[in-house]
Amino acid sequence: MSSFLSASIGRKFLMSITGLFLISFLCIHLTLNLFLTFDDTGTLFNLAANFMATNPFIRIMEPLLALGFIIHIIWSGWITLENMRARPQKYAYGDQLLSWWAPAKNMFILGFMVLIFLIIHISNFWIKMKLTGDPLLKDVVVDGVEMHNAYALVSNLFLSRWYDLLYVAGGILIGLHISHGFWSAFQTIGFSNQIWLKRLKFLAIAIGIVFAAGFSYIPLYFMIKF
Amino acid sequence: MADIILNKIYVKVWRQNSPKAKGRFETYQVENVSQGTSFLEMIDILNDKLIREGKDPIAFDHDCREGICGMCSMYVNGHAHGPDTEVTTCQLHMRKFSEGQTIVVEPWRAAAFPVIKDVMVDRTAFEKIQQAGGYVSVNTGGVPDGNVILIGQDDAEEAMDAAACIGCGACVATCKNSSAMLFVAAKVSQLAKLPQGKIEAKKRAKAMVAKMDELGFGSCTNTGGCELACPKSISIAHIARLNREYLSAKLSD
Ligand code: HEM
Ligand code: SF4
Ligand code: FES
Repeated sequence: MSSFLSASIGRKFLMSITGLFLISFLCIHLTLNLFLTFDDTGTLFNLAANFMATNPFIRIMEPLLALGFIIHIIWSGWITLENMRARPQKYAYGDQLLSWWAPAKNMFILGFMVLIFLIIHISNFWIKMKLTGDPLLKDVVVDGVEMHNAYALVSNLFLSRWYDLLYVAGGILIGLHISHGFWSAFQTIGFSNQIWLKRLKFLAIAIGIVFAAGFSYIPLYFMIKF
Repeated sequence: MADIILNKIYVKVWRQNSPKAKGRFETYQVENVSQGTSFLEMIDILNDKLIREGKDPIAFDHDCREGICGMCSMYVNGHAHGPDTEVTTCQLHMRKFSEGQTIVVEPWRAAAFPVIKDVMVDRTAFEKIQQAGGYVSVNTGGVPDGNVILIGQDDAEEAMDAAACIGCGACVATCKNSSAMLFVAAKVSQLAKLPQGKIEAKKRAKAMVAKMDELGFGSCTNTGGCELACPKSISIAHIARLNREYLSAKLSD
């Protein structure tokens, strides 16, 4: 087994499984976050956030998600390093086939920028909600249930134009990463052929656009409205 | 149509005396080259000139000069086999270049393909991968009737598409990770689709991938440069099949 996880295809297998797992998390995350823009009193979002915070299934998934991220990041660093070692002497006149910005060529850089965004994102919200607390989170009562005012924390952060722009950038980076990552993950697990290759590549770009647009829409909504 | 003559072009080529020696670029001027000349003929003309000047000619691999042996490994102006599609360097013509242009010629760059001399590299690594599992067992004895084993048209076509690989190494040279996955995928695929290949299928995928890793090729990140550079247009769909073959072999361990 250990030889599998260090073999080229084994390492990639781990990247693809964790990557797909992270995408499935993002789907839920985006759906819930969009509630921020449906109800300006914040009740809807607070209900959703409270549901997530108290749901036993989600509580189990949380450490798994962290593990997924950690594995994805460590293995990505390992693969990238080994791949750089496979060409000690670079070309003077480099590859002309794909444009320099193609996500396929920049997965580590894109992933690394997503990671920096994630660290800021987690310190903006998760740390305050789960560990340190924040005066803005003062409990509200919805239908007789006491819960954190997560909406206040989010809407307050998005009053800052810098944060709005940062979150737009974060959404676009994730979208770009996935516009390659999605089909690449299926290719890696062997679920692809001449016909599906085209379909998956199309889907990957579509999903990338949905994520980029969806995640950017939220800060843009706050930016324009408030 | 009258042939267009390039009065003057410049060839900036990698010169390296031996595997261990430090290499450098050297620029040479070549005159009066017809655009109908093949790229290797142009190098021949240049070498002729170098020999007459008492200089060391440029060492490069070539054999068939018709796109079937896969020897002519040259990385020309940022393209494996030069700026044309679905051709090897020997099938590249000077009509792809213009008057006064500087043409940069480099060897394949990969840890697994060390330079022997100038732009000639050692591709024994491919042979080692083939030896690790790219074969089928055959019974000795009388010649079997060709019609005994029936193979569907689609399977035969796909196996033939994969078998078009000439082992040139353009995929490795182009891949940003110097990965040999397209080559290995082609070699595994050409047998995986045929009944004769089924017997050693599991062993083959595992052994060839293990050898590829051992020899220092990078791992595939599905960048897709290989299939664009491949002179035989081997599709990366074969890489998906290799992944499938490998993973299912590992799962059944
Ligand atoms: C929201 C977070 C993320 C998601 C949804 C995600 C998703 C994916 C997916 C689906 C793949 C394709 C796997 C494959 O080709 O088999 C992938 C590849 C990759 N990811 Fe991520 N990823 C995320 C975050 C990160 C982070 C934080 C890093 C690094 C610091 C990273 C680095 C990489 C690298 C280097 C690859 C390249 C492997 C390749 O090109 O095939 N990713 N990612
Ligand atoms: S897969 Fe294509 S590029 Fe790679 S060795 Fe075979 S013919 Fe050459
Ligand atoms: S010399 Fe044989 S393929 Fe070019």
